Amino acid sequence: MGRQDDHGTADLNIAPEDGGTALVFSGRLDAAGAGKLWRPAMRAAAQAHGQRLRLDLAAVEAFDMSGAALLLAAERAYGALPQGSHIALTGASEHATAILERARQANEAANAPDDAARPTLFALLLAGLDVMADGVAFLGEALVAVVRLPSRLRMLRIGDLLRQADNAGVRALPLVLLLGFLMGMILAFQSAIPMRRFGADLFVANLVTISLVRELGPLLSAVILAGRTGSAFAAEIGTMKVNQEVDALVTMGLDPMTLLVLPRLIAVMLVLPALALALDIAGLAGMIAVMRGFGFPMESIILQIQSAAGVTDLLGGLFKAACFGAAIAAIGCRAGLSTGNGPRAVGLSATAAVVGGIISTIVLDGILALIFYRLNL
Amino acid sequence: MQPEAPHAAAPARAPGTKPPIIRVDQASQRFGTRLIFRDVSFAVAASEVFVILGGSGCGKSTLMNQMIGLLPPTSGTIEIAGHRITGPDGLTGRQAAQRVFGVMFQSGALFGSMTLLENVMLPLEMFTDLPAEGRAAVAQVKLGLVGLGYAAELLPAEISGGMAKRAGIARAMALDPPILFLDEPSAGLDPVTSAGLDRLILDLRQDLGVTFVVVTHELASILAIADRCVMLDAAAMPDAGGVIAEGDPRVLRDESTDPKVHAFFHREMLAAAA
Repeated sequence: MGRQDDHGTADLNIAPEDGGTALVFSGRLDAAGAGKLWRPAMRAAAQAHGQRLRLDLAAVEAFDMSGAALLLAAERAYGALPQGSHIALTGASEHATAILERARQANEAANAPDDAARPTLFALLLAGLDVMADGVAFLGEALVAVVRLPSRLRMLRIGDLLRQADNAGVRALPLVLLLGFLMGMILAFQSAIPMRRFGADLFVANLVTISLVRELGPLLSAVILAGRTGSAFAAEIGTMKVNQEVDALVTMGLDPMTLLVLPRLIAVMLVLPALALALDIAGLAGMIAVMRGFGFPMESIILQIQSAAGVTDLLGGLFKAACFGAAIAAIGCRAGLSTGNGPRAVGLSATAAVVGGIISTIVLDGILALIFYRLNL
Repeated sequence: MQPEAPHAAAPARAPGTKPPIIRVDQASQRFGTRLIFRDVSFAVAASEVFVILGGSGCGKSTLMNQMIGLLPPTSGTIEIAGHRITGPDGLTGRQAAQRVFGVMFQSGALFGSMTLLENVMLPLEMFTDLPAEGRAAVAQVKLGLVGLGYAAELLPAEISGGMAKRAGIARAMALDPPILFLDEPSAGLDPVTSAGLDRLILDLRQDLGVTFVVVTHELASILAIADRCVMLDAAAMPDAGGVIAEGDPRVLRDESTDPKVHAFFHREMLAAAA
């Protein structure tokens, strides 16, 4: 048995002899011995190129596949042999010769065709288009599932929907509240410093309110959701895919889109506006705390908040949140359903869900900002 | 050079005449109040192919888990290559014994993020001073031995179940351990692949003198490879559960009068009274 504890029992003596070199091995040529002798043996074999090379195993006490791999590698390091000649192997027992022969056969059978073509730019472009087409197809399937939902209401399991809403919403609430409060405080404090120079520090309330209600509330809660829930969707559905549970659903005639995707999609579309609202309120509370610290009366702050943002701003923000939620849930579920085989694929899907969710949120935010601007909202 | 095996134990095929390399003495296992088996004792000689067999749920895999140190037996002792892996000094024994055996798990248990070559190279990287090219060369030979030399760069997710089992064997023998434990090597494989695995086991035993402990209930495989076997019985009753037969499986098949052993080897239903 060759392991570290045998280390040091193998030895190599490089002896010049008539017209060539002899590599005289001794001790245990196992994994530990081969490890010790590998570099000197390769060096000596390469230097002997063109001369006669003899591998002497007479003093070898134990020989296994690792020893055989060492001798075969030494043959390769020695280089191509002239026609008809061969590296001389002396002192090898019948047993060692048999192992060496088996290892040689194993190596010869291992000459794999290298068919892994290097991806070209064109192929990468095609793959990118494929991914986009898959995304569009998924969107189409989801829409079809929504349209056909009335005839398949039995497949939409309300318990599952509520569980998803609980996971995605209620359990995320403490984090959202904490983040909102801190963001409100930081925004108020950072903007108060420059605005004070112009005597406009009361308008910090307007600035923070409009930022939170229209942008930061939906955006930050969406980022939290993408990290917490989008990845969880991908991992959960991905594991089901790996375990062939999704295949089982399909063979039972159950639509994975209705059974797995829609409850998550609906749950997230319902809870994300609520989370955004919670983040808005917590942020305003943080801002009020800072403003009170600066000595402004509560009435003035409330008045500024009311004048800064109306119901339209609030509803616009909540609508955005619902759109972000739909995108994050759809991307998470799609990543899960397109999971390959093995645990590594599940990890890749979870990563894709988070990255895709955050990017889609930002892109959607830009598109909606443009639309709201056009609509004078 | 001495005409010896690579390890201390000689490879000659003469079960029973060699000192045992594995001893299991009065091993029992309970989970809570549920008895899995009791008082299991046997010894495995060096270079022997020893099969643990029995029906589903009789504790074959549990017994193997005890022998590889994953599960301490409720009572009894186990020695692997002279190291006692049970009892108060079990931890030291287990650590020492882990250096003399390799395990192939039922599903292969390959690391999904590594290629087959990297899977086999991992133990070499951890336990030897081989340089990277040396590790790759040794691992490539091991994969070649199990007929997977061409698949070295594939990930476990990209290969079939039979290939995963063979790659599991290649990884288990990465360091040429003198003992290999194989858990259900033939389960779920087609007859041709299964026969190939049987051939591989016999070749490795002949060439390298490896001792095999194989857990299986595949009759064809048992009769093809086993020098000796031990048959376990499910603990359906409080006094049952444990070894009901031990010996050459071919002799057991032809001569055993135990109804359970007879039924197993002849693929018969047991009578209700049995």
